[in-house]
Amino acid sequence: MSWHRKHLLDIESLTAEEILTVLDTARGFKAVGKRAIKKVPALRGKTVVNLFVEPSTRTRTSFELAAIRLSADVINFTTEASSLKKGETLKDTARNLEALNSDFIIIRHSASGAPHFLSRALDAHVINAGDGAHEHPTQALLDAFTIREKKGRIAGLNVTILGDILYSRVARSDIWALTKLGAKVTLCGPSTLVPKTFEKMGCRVTHNVDEAIRDADIINLLRIQHERQRKTMFPSIGEYTQLFGLNKARLAKIKPDALIMHPGPINRGVEIDSELADSNRSVILEQVTNGLAVRMAVLFLVNGGKVPPETAA
Amino acid sequence: MPEPTVILDATAIQRALTRIAHEIAERNEASTEVVLVGIPVGGDHLAARLAKILSGIWNHAVPVGILDVTMHRDDLDSRAAPTVHPTDIPFDVNGKTVVLVDDVLFSGRTTRAAMDALNDYGRPKKIQLAVLIDRGHRDLPIKADFIGKNVPTSLDEKISLRLTEADATQDEVILKKT
Repeated sequence: MSWHRKHLLDIESLTAEEILTVLDTARGFKAVGKRAIKKVPALRGKTVVNLFVEPSTRTRTSFELAAIRLSADVINFTTEASSLKKGETLKDTARNLEALNSDFIIIRHSASGAPHFLSRALDAHVINAGDGAHEHPTQALLDAFTIREKKGRIAGLNVTILGDILYSRVARSDIWALTKLGAKVTLCGPSTLVPKTFEKMGCRVTHNVDEAIRDADIINLLRIQHERQRKTMFPSIGEYTQLFGLNKARLAKIKPDALIMHPGPINRGVEIDSELADSNRSVILEQVTNGLAVRMAVLFLVNGGKVPPETAA
Repeated sequence: MPEPTVILDATAIQRALTRIAHEIAERNEASTEVVLVGIPVGGDHLAARLAKILSGIWNHAVPVGILDVTMHRDDLDSRAAPTVHPTDIPFDVNGKTVVLVDDVLFSGRTTRAAMDALNDYGRPKKIQLAVLIDRGHRDLPIKADFIGKNVPTSLDEKISLRLTEADATQDEVILKKT
């Protein structure tokens, strides 16, 4: 058991032991969701602010419910309704929220490094809920949790991440988490979206989908991030589906016990056949359930992290 | 540095558990209402061992659960997050006599947290408390119903236990000066 961090800003700076601490802790919190009384008093009296400067439904709802189940009070703060629209800086907005005695700030922002910036400016605990194309740490933690729960281990597994890697913070966080835990990660997608430079992160990069999924124990599908693509990175959606979409024909070629994951939102008929998304191979909805447990664990752990990470032993 | 003292060896632990089991049986005539709930780490092993002895006395199985109390602790703001263990209570506690089982009774704060945590699972008819060691120094008005051994200690002493679920011969309880 080792966790002394005050914030959760990224996966890159975590050790394998810290990641496993979150996963072990989340196991206890997952059970809370199955009880008649789905609430524990661990964060009673604390205030959690969801500062979502970029739209999100599932992550925000998941954090909100996680905080509620830990008995904290939650306020949701979205760009549409905020002074950020009126020209206030992020730092000023956050300091105003802190002036209301909030204890946790959960931030999603389109700028990479925004959570790191806030963690230096504020006394509150800062949790990264996705920053630009940089990281989405709780998604990686819930992916790792789901894989470990389903497969009993992570080390030695072949994990293929298929889709838009270049613009994906999920991919980056997943790569850090899974390689630290000993998985063999393969990235696949159109060459414009999966540059060879990712090999530096310790992954295999291929542009041939059949090769990528043949030995995979886990196939993690990523959505095409239209909102982040500044120019057209491939000729058409139809062609993408043809070349990289997961369909029945491709399913027949993968390992019989391979699992299909997706961080959502799914674009049915694009990266995955509608039927496959609902099949027993898919653990997509279990990822959502596990996300709640993992976020409860993260809130619980950072609450105990009083020592700043730089000085922690 | 003074030598650590062995307070209980494996034989003494087993003897203490046997006596506690008989006391539980004596106190609770309605044996089918009794369930054991161990608090990890330590209490869960002891609960399993007590259940085995009790089922021998009563000639029927005695349900055992595990109750993690970390989410109900009152010191979460002043320490690093404690290890969360899975809770597993595979029976209905409503109307039952729940015997909470812990290894060491000290401040009483774990017991308080356990009673709060148990509340989330229902309303037991009674809650009783069994501990292997009572070392004194209570912060709260809590008293054990069944005690393996009373050990007067000073606050700078530490009690460590080695316990296994099987009646292993290496089990012991050690008192150390820190």
